[in-house]
Amino acid sequence: MTLKLLVCVKRVPMTGGKIVLTADEQEISTRHLGFTISPHEECGVEQAVQLIERNGGESVVLTLGPAEAIEQIRDAMALGIDRGIHLQVEEEWDPEATAEAIVAALRSDEAATGPFDLVLFGNESADSGGYQVGLRVAHALGRPCATGLKGLEVSGGAARCEQEIAGGRDVYVLPLPAVATILEGLNLPRYPSVPGRMRAGRKPVETTFPARPASRLERLRLVVPEGQSKQAEVLGQGPAAAPAVVEILRGLGVV
Amino acid sequence: MLVLCEHADGEATDVSLQALTFARTLASGPLDALLIGPGGREAATGLGDLGAGTAHVAEHDGLAAFAPDAWARIVCDTAARLGSTVVVAPGSERGNDVMARAAVRAGQPLAANCIAARAGRPLALTRIRWGGSLLEEARLHGEPAFLTVAPHAVASERAGGGAAALEPFTPQLDEADLVVRVSDRVAAAAGGVSLTDAKVVVTGGRGVGSREGFAPIEELAAVLGGAVGCSRAVTMAGWRSHTDQVGQTGTKIAPEIYIACGVSGATQHLAGAKGAKRILAINTDPEAPIMASADYAVIGDLHEVVPAISAEILRQRGR
Ligand SMILES: Cc1cc2nc3c(=O)[nH]c(=O)nc-3n(C[C@H](O)[C@H](O)[C@H](O)COP(=O)(O)OP(=O)(O)OC[C@H]3O[C@@H](n4cnc5c(N)ncnc54)[C@H](O)[C@@H]3O)c2cc1C
Ligand SMILES: Nc1ncnc2c1ncn2[C@@H]1O[C@H](COP(=O)(O)O)[C@@H](O)[C@H]1O
Repeated sequence: MTLKLLVCVKRVPMTGGKIVLTADEQEISTRHLGFTISPHEECGVEQAVQLIERNGGESVVLTLGPAEAIEQIRDAMALGIDRGIHLQVEEEWDPEATAEAIVAALRSDEAATGPFDLVLFGNESADSGGYQVGLRVAHALGRPCATGLKGLEVSGGAARCEQEIAGGRDVYVLPLPAVATILEGLNLPRYPSVPGRMRAGRKPVETTFPARPASRLERLRLVVPEGQSKQAEVLGQGPAAAPAVVEILRGLGVV
Repeated sequence: MLVLCEHADGEATDVSLQALTFARTLASGPLDALLIGPGGREAATGLGDLGAGTAHVAEHDGLAAFAPDAWARIVCDTAARLGSTVVVAPGSERGNDVMARAAVRAGQPLAANCIAARAGRPLALTRIRWGGSLLEEARLHGEPAFLTVAPHAVASERAGGGAAALEPFTPQLDEADLVVRVSDRVAAAAGGVSLTDAKVVVTGGRGVGSREGFAPIEELAAVLGGAVGCSRAVTMAGWRSHTDQVGQTGTKIAPEIYIACGVSGATQHLAGAKGAKRILAINTDPEAPIMASADYAVIGDLHEVVPAISAEILRQRGR
């Protein structure tokens, strides 16, 4: 059975060592930053590519984000995703509105080219961490959804899903079509190849401009929490510092 | 106000007690606890002391194995029956999962991982972004308001109340609510000290340089009876498995001391080490960002410093 898969990714800044906000406290100052997607979503992309390599079919990447989010679509295509859907919006949308826009785009794609067997999400977005867009989409579509997966296999019209718990893994078997949310560790994502990057530039992307509904989780401002401005006490330079380190460890009762 | 409490082995989990404590500070009205599935009655004893007036325990044959859509339906139906205006759960993996299902089922927004909230319409709240490296102040326009409480945002605190009234009930469930359910359990291979519980974690970052370079890190962890961690740079290089990764998308740790070797201190890495009591950074770069989060630092090559620490501990023990 060949598969048709969708994976949803969100463009976020790579913040590095320190988060700096814009003056209006509405977003992270990104002037010197690169952009990426969540590691959970990277594993979702990798899983979609692997599933199509094994079963045949088509993989699609979707993002709701600014014009520049085309970079994240091309990044996914460089790894093997076949085509893209770009819901181009100016600002960050709340999870309810994001899910509604994804559902509308998915429905119109399915009307044209048939149903997605599996729709993949990150367990939570890197920045907002709302823990809900995937479940909202699944509910609107009336499809079963398992979350936080570290194992995912498809065979015989069903998805076998594994979720890590204390002391082992819980297994869910979902009839397709289904929705799954992924955690990093599901697989080890590949690096893009040069030919992969070349091909990505020629793959099709459909762009639409959805209108933003009123937000019921209304973001007022961002705040950098305290406690990221300590000054470490330097115990010494090189191996000569070992006795001073052991003294600290003794004081903490761990030696 | 309704609080969904998770439980294991006949006891409410600590994050559930934290959620009850959080809810208590939010409103003065009656506090209803909801427990679902086998063991719920046992786990309900003692919740009165956390401020719960009534403990509602859902019992049904279909609940022997975890079924998140069934849980979500029970949350919604119970909130509707009791007329709850706020529905709270712990921000655990299961708590967030069930509450997202419940919120969408009720046609409501959800605020996940809150650390503070003020009652009102709309509800004013602070929630975490970036795994705790950034906060967001927001207004939640929901009736009822669905929210989860970030683990360890508040400490669980007893209120000194009497026993909660026990109200077992049989929820209404259909086949459709049980499609998504745990059908099997695979036991994990028994390992050494787990990262989550370790009193000492020794982590290697990109500065370790190779898979083999972890030998001195492993030796120091073994000498201290601790666990080995790694950064995402290491996982991506294939030097260690993701099960060792500390951080926002890895494991959250809470050791007495966290020894971070050759780790620059990206916010996403340190988001996993917020529970550490002390941080010691070993880094060649005195300007590395981790210096702003560490308590102690040794400036130097980890390949020289780490073996010297192990040797010094063994020397002192031998004396
Ligand atoms: C959404 C998101 C989630 C993420 N989640 C995680 C996560 O869960 N965990 C995580 O770790 N990262 C995570 N990351 C990645 C994170 O941003 C950093 O890229 C990563 O933590 C860097 O790893 P590092 O510190 O080992 O490498 P680097 O940043 O390259 O730092 C290496 C350090 O080693 C020092 N060094 C070099 N040689 C030596 C030597 N011989 N002796 C001593 N010191 C030396 C250098 O001075 C430097 O400070 C995430 C990123 C994103 C965007
Ligand atoms: N703007 C977006 N565009 C595409 N997918 C998104 C967007 N926001 C969230 N998602 C998907 O939904 C998952 C969960 O997001 P959240 O509910 O915000 O934690 C993410 O990991 C993505 O897979």
